[in-house]
Amino acid sequence: MPKGKTQSNFEPKIVVFACNWCSYPAADSAGINRMQYPSNVRIIRTMCMGRVNPSHVLKALELGADGVLVSGCHFEDCHYGFGARNAAEQYKKLEKVVRMLGFEKERIRQEFISAAEFPKFVQVVREMVDQIKKLGPTPIKPEIVPKSEQKILEDVAITS
Amino acid sequence: MSDKIQLDRKKIQETNAYSCLECGKCTGVCPVSRYSKTFSPRQTLIRTLRNTHPESLKDANVWRCLTCQQCDTICPANIKYVEFTQMIRQFVGVENREGTCSHGGILESILKIMTSPDLKQQRLDWLTKDYQTSQSSEYLYFMGCLPYYDVLFTEIGVQSLNIARSMIKILNYFDIQPQIMSNEKCCGHDFYWNGDMKNFKKLAQANLEQINTLGIKYIITACAECYRTLKIDYPLQMGSQSFEVIHITEFLAEKLKEKNLHLKTDKMKLTYHDPCRLGRHMGIYDSPRLALSHLTGIQYQEMAHHHKRAICCGVTSWMNCSQISKQIQHARLNEAQAIEVDTMVTACPKCQIHFKCALQDKEFGEHIKFQIKDFTEIFAEQLP
Repeated sequence: MPKGKTQSNFEPKIVVFACNWCSYPAADSAGINRMQYPSNVRIIRTMCMGRVNPSHVLKALELGADGVLVSGCHFEDCHYGFGARNAAEQYKKLEKVVRMLGFEKERIRQEFISAAEFPKFVQVVREMVDQIKKLGPTPIKPEIVPKSEQKILEDVAITS
Repeated sequence: MSDKIQLDRKKIQETNAYSCLECGKCTGVCPVSRYSKTFSPRQTLIRTLRNTHPESLKDANVWRCLTCQQCDTICPANIKYVEFTQMIRQFVGVENREGTCSHGGILESILKIMTSPDLKQQRLDWLTKDYQTSQSSEYLYFMGCLPYYDVLFTEIGVQSLNIARSMIKILNYFDIQPQIMSNEKCCGHDFYWNGDMKNFKKLAQANLEQINTLGIKYIITACAECYRTLKIDYPLQMGSQSFEVIHITEFLAEKLKEKNLHLKTDKMKLTYHDPCRLGRHMGIYDSPRLALSHLTGIQYQEMAHHHKRAICCGVTSWMNCSQISKQIQHARLNEAQAIEVDTMVTACPKCQIHFKCALQDKEFGEHIKFQIKDFTEIFAEQLP
């Protein structure tokens, strides 16, 4: 069994999509202000949370993420005007699909965190880690084929 | 480096590929070739077989085929090009795929997540008391991925669950309370045609295990792709099965004829679009037309291309939706517009999604005056 997958010392892996203008600076200032938050999150910076398509979140879940957080600016602060609203709309679709697939609804979360709200960012991450620790590991067991076993097209040939 | 991976020649021989006469008829009828300067089924086949162009396997053309079987029906040498393509894809491997999955890959992710045995889906929220189902019927209604399509494609005006509702309404009308699986997986059609046999078998296994516990005699489906996969690919890949697979068009044609039932409808002009999986793959052309003839008040007219020559809806297994797909869809919709119908009926949920997506083009959408409806919807509307 891989490390961290037993129930007792389970450390969830959480993917965070953070927007370049609000949530990413918030995470940054949390660090500058020496506020500690769990190291379970892997932050991916995007230009806007509207860019985060439902397919990105599902891809993370498909590859074995225990939880996904999508964060960005408040509606009024969105750098692009419409991005955060778009994201909220897409998130509704995503919620339905994720629920239909049979995941617990706590596995995904959307938060609007402005650049100044770094305590909120820390709090959201803490809450999410706690919640997912309660839920346990994701039921998905991704099979990752090692590079050495992958087919390389140069080696392919038709012979009798 | 690993040893060269070899494709068995015997397997290719089964598809008759070596008997290619290079007549080029396949390229002539191929809907992709019509709009693409580089795609040619004949060229792909010849290059792959002769080994003179080793790069041809890496080519995107292997992945651009719609597998609509237009070429197979015209080939004088009886080559099963579609099966050949499937084999080559399987051989090249889905990880080396030269194609993009439309919709950001969301549908592929959904299917991959479905292969996980520990997840229990919540897909029956839409089912209300009006729609009667039971635990002991001989019939199983296999609905496919409709609940997911309903969420993803509402914004282009597709209500896929209407098909499921209509379907149960029709079955109830004929005193059948079908069984429904609460954790039904996708049939695996998309994985199969992308050459991803590992995931296809996972889904098929999960479905068959569930089906075998239900004690049913018939599986009835409203999806042309599920129909083909359950009827042909499951027995071939997973061994023989104890149930019979029926498409709703067959079911309705038989029942309506048997009871000599005529349903009253408003006056409208109607045409039927043959989905490639139902028509060319399975040879079902007459039952949908026969069933439609039992609607009084309908004036039925064929489009310029029909039966064997029906044009495909442009995309298969959510792969490579492009300018070419749009042109194919426009051509098909224009054909229906040319005969000035009120409604175009299709028997595959995906055809409906693809055509309605083409109508999103504002200028083109205004030019098209008719509705696009599913086969089941047309009948369910007339039932009490």
